[in-house]
Amino acid sequence: MTDKAVKPVVIEADSISTFQVTVGATGTKFLVEIRDNKRIMGIKCSSCGKVYVPPRSHCPTCCVKMSEWVELSGKGTLTTYTVVRYKEPYQPKEPPIIYGVIQLDGADTGIYGILGEVEPDKVKIGMRFEPVFKDEREGSLLDIDHFRPSS
Amino acid sequence: MADRVGIVAVAQTKFDQKREEHLTETLVHVTKDVMGQTGLEFKDDGTGIDSTVVASQDYFGGPGGIHMHYAYTVGAYRRPDERVEEDGAFAVAYGAMQILSGHHDVVLVVGHIKESVCSKNQVENLGLDHIYGRKIGLDFVAAAGMQAMRYQHKYGITPEQCAKVVVKNRTNGKNNPLVMYANGITVEDVLKSEMVADPIRVQEAKPVPVDGAVAMILACEDKAKKLTNKPVWITGMGMCYDHHELGYRDLADCDSLVSAAQMAYKMAGIKEPAKELNLAEVSDHYAYQELLWSEGLGLCGKGEGGKLIDKGTTSMGGELPVNPSGGLLCGVPLIVAGMQRVAECVLQLRGEAGGRQVSGAKTALAHGVEGPAGQLHCVITLEK
Repeated sequence: MTDKAVKPVVIEADSISTFQVTVGATGTKFLVEIRDNKRIMGIKCSSCGKVYVPPRSHCPTCCVKMSEWVELSGKGTLTTYTVVRYKEPYQPKEPPIIYGVIQLDGADTGIYGILGEVEPDKVKIGMRFEPVFKDEREGSLLDIDHFRPSS
Repeated sequence: MADRVGIVAVAQTKFDQKREEHLTETLVHVTKDVMGQTGLEFKDDGTGIDSTVVASQDYFGGPGGIHMHYAYTVGAYRRPDERVEEDGAFAVAYGAMQILSGHHDVVLVVGHIKESVCSKNQVENLGLDHIYGRKIGLDFVAAAGMQAMRYQHKYGITPEQCAKVVVKNRTNGKNNPLVMYANGITVEDVLKSEMVADPIRVQEAKPVPVDGAVAMILACEDKAKKLTNKPVWITGMGMCYDHHELGYRDLADCDSLVSAAQMAYKMAGIKEPAKELNLAEVSDHYAYQELLWSEGLGLCGKGEGGKLIDKGTTSMGGELPVNPSGGLLCGVPLIVAGMQRVAECVLQLRGEAGGRQVSGAKTALAHGVEGPAGQLHCVITLEK
């Protein structure tokens, strides 16, 4: 039992190492296209015909190795979103942050995006968006600074 | 193979903030409680508890490596001791499988979490994939916000219907002496509370941080009958994982829960869950989830979760009370959550649920969930 007169000792402990993780050949191609060419690429399954963004080396449904890259315009339709109102150290921008899932034209899946150039209360599911790339790009999903409303 | 698995004892801590108590003290408390109820000890000759299955999460409880603490703390080291890094309902299922396989006869299952030692959001940010989801700064609250938005949009579920879940569960929780957040909140109070991740308001989210533990003892049929005169039988179990990439799923449809529920119902021989079950304890990490999970469990049709709460079907006194205990919205730690749903069902089926007792309950369903926007589900059906 803790003696009520004595304040319990509390230790501070960090636990997370820094990790160096390869994104693999498929992830590399996807991120390099964004970094060097401002292009968002999908990958098509030769078995079920689905186009995945972000891409995987193997179809999650068929487990077939996928190799047919598909260049997408980057424009797409918002399938859902939220407005994050709280601040956390891992967030890349200051809140409020509008996070969305955008199904790009020609893709069967949605990609995460931060929405910008639009007020939170003006965002609606079904709206059209297009990517705005950063000037300085490093090979990361954050090279897409945000998605803005488009036609 | 064993015939049936019975739950012969359950123990729960109070669910509060245990900042002055080391996790091991909490573990000793619940373990001694269930062992005392049965008189069982840890034995390796088949006359006691054969193995332990422990559910926790590595960063809740301490700075990593939290699973090291259980066995030595309770006098169960140098023995079979399995660890489950996901919701506690899965640990119950794995413990039951140890018995159904004939490998063990008696299994002690424990779930524990201390949300108060760290930032829940920071840990859950690690629950997203490290290339895309984490990089962009998503966490489970943001994922839930996107799921709630999609669900409300696709099926016309209203903020008022979600708020009614909070009111129902916080009212039910007044009859549960183990939870801290039961109150007389109104729909208006919920809808006026601070927005956290649209459309989710702070009163629609499980309170954080909450600490606590649950333990239970499972036994094969013949031993269960000898250990207690009120065994509760596991009749069905099902679990299913969806893709972690939120954009690969339609978040308004919980397909993995549908699969998990169907697996459990098939095993239990349940054809019409809404009619055959007397109560359900469902993991409502957020208010909208009780409605969406009720659809996935087949307690109502797709998109009809809102009608379910409007009609009062799931209230105490309704045809199928959901979360008589008050649910997670009254403050239960994650991971412990699903196992605590099982424990509450056990108390109900034993007729020991006090003021929250569902009269004449004979069958019940417990549901656990983990991962962003309900990626993985575990469904357990029980009968007395």
